[in-house]
Amino acid sequence: MSLAKRIIPCLDVDQGRVVKGVNFVGIRDAGDPIEIARRYNDAGADEITFLDITASHEQRDTTYRTVEQIASQVFIPLTVGGGVRAVTDIRRLLNAGADKVSINTAAIFNPDLVRESAERFGSQCIVVAMDVKALDNGSGRYELFTHGGRKPTGIEAIEWAQKMADFGAGEILLTSMDRDGTKDGYDLPITRAISDAVDIPVIASGGVGTLDHLVAGFTDGGADAVLAASIFHFGTYTVAEAKAHLAQSGIAVRV
Amino acid sequence: MTQTVAVIDYGMGNLHSVESALREAGASDVVVTADAGAILEADRIVFPGVGAIRDCLAEFRRLGCDKTLRLAVERGTPVLGICVGMQSLMARSEENGGVDCLGFFDGTVMRFPRNHSDTDGTKLKVPHMGWNQVSQSQAHPIWDGIEDNAYFYFVHSFFLAVAESDCVTGSFDYGVKGCAAIAKGNVFATQFHPEKSHDNGLKLLANFLTWDATC
Repeated sequence: MSLAKRIIPCLDVDQGRVVKGVNFVGIRDAGDPIEIARRYNDAGADEITFLDITASHEQRDTTYRTVEQIASQVFIPLTVGGGVRAVTDIRRLLNAGADKVSINTAAIFNPDLVRESAERFGSQCIVVAMDVKALDNGSGRYELFTHGGRKPTGIEAIEWAQKMADFGAGEILLTSMDRDGTKDGYDLPITRAISDAVDIPVIASGGVGTLDHLVAGFTDGGADAVLAASIFHFGTYTVAEAKAHLAQSGIAVRV
Repeated sequence: MTQTVAVIDYGMGNLHSVESALREAGASDVVVTADAGAILEADRIVFPGVGAIRDCLAEFRRLGCDKTLRLAVERGTPVLGICVGMQSLMARSEENGGVDCLGFFDGTVMRFPRNHSDTDGTKLKVPHMGWNQVSQSQAHPIWDGIEDNAYFYFVHSFFLAVAESDCVTGSFDYGVKGCAAIAKGNVFATQFHPEKSHDNGLKLLANFLTWDATC
């Protein structure tokens, strides 16, 4: 008996619609986050992550309504991230039914937001998302980036992960901007380094293209969970196939 | 038969999920409230909880919910505690520097050890977050139709060791043996979140909705 490793499909949602469409057999509306979340719930996903990429703050009421509807129909944990800037954003998302809220850029500009929200709502619902890139100077050093990997922050990735854990983050969502969208597999060295450096769970993200990449995320990367979007959305693999492959590779999964 | 389920709302977080899951499990009438009259009128009571236990208990007591819950338990109303709700039913928790809890069960809630690891040396992360198997250490009507060692969703950094209580009805293994569920008379409580545990969780809630409050 042991804690199962988690598989987390991720939906990118813009103004209440899933972008980068989802290609499920028999789905009525590939852009409806509620239907897609329900499908993943039924398919055996361990959690769902909902990344809100709505640019305008004014249009975020749609986001809250969508979260409410997902939460009333999906009975697995739901993480919502994107555009979270203040404690009031976190409160609204939690009240709408999110189980965890992911903080990314705001944590960089205001690290106390992580501390304050962990104290107020509990570490269990505060995820810190980190977008990292390897520096191309041969140092083996990874830095935190913002703006989809375009802007460096000068912040070293491992130290940042430790700081966020000390500030009360309950989990780290680690995305490799070098690998995101490549299908070359997770960046295993940085995943392993951060997983070893902190006591809180780490979710590997960015670059998964095959089921063996998922396995490597756990075995070589030491991740506690893996996030994947396109391999599931486009029907390359089902969650059940992913779990069967992980189980065959000796990894504990919930079936 | 129409039954009312009261979900105790003491202002400490989102109760939407609990309410939705109870409805999905078959509850026709769910009220989310801190009102003593509404709670005592209900046929069943759910005591949820997330966050820091000191703040939870302070609000719970300030709103008088401790007295209401005690009265409901004495009257024999079926009660389901969830997560910090379960921990609050114990005698004491070491969280937040030590907190006296409600004392429905003996036992002290402790933190998972620092640098926690499994017996084979594998590092174990804290919070204990994700799906773990629940071993049904005692038979109970709430387990009806749920397989032994079924997966439920946990997220917590503090836990009750199984050795702390004779009332443990389910356990999990995470480097230590922890209490996943505890029961006495008309009270059943879980460390895991049935409202987030998919089919197994919905089945457990459905069982709670028809439970006659016996063991």
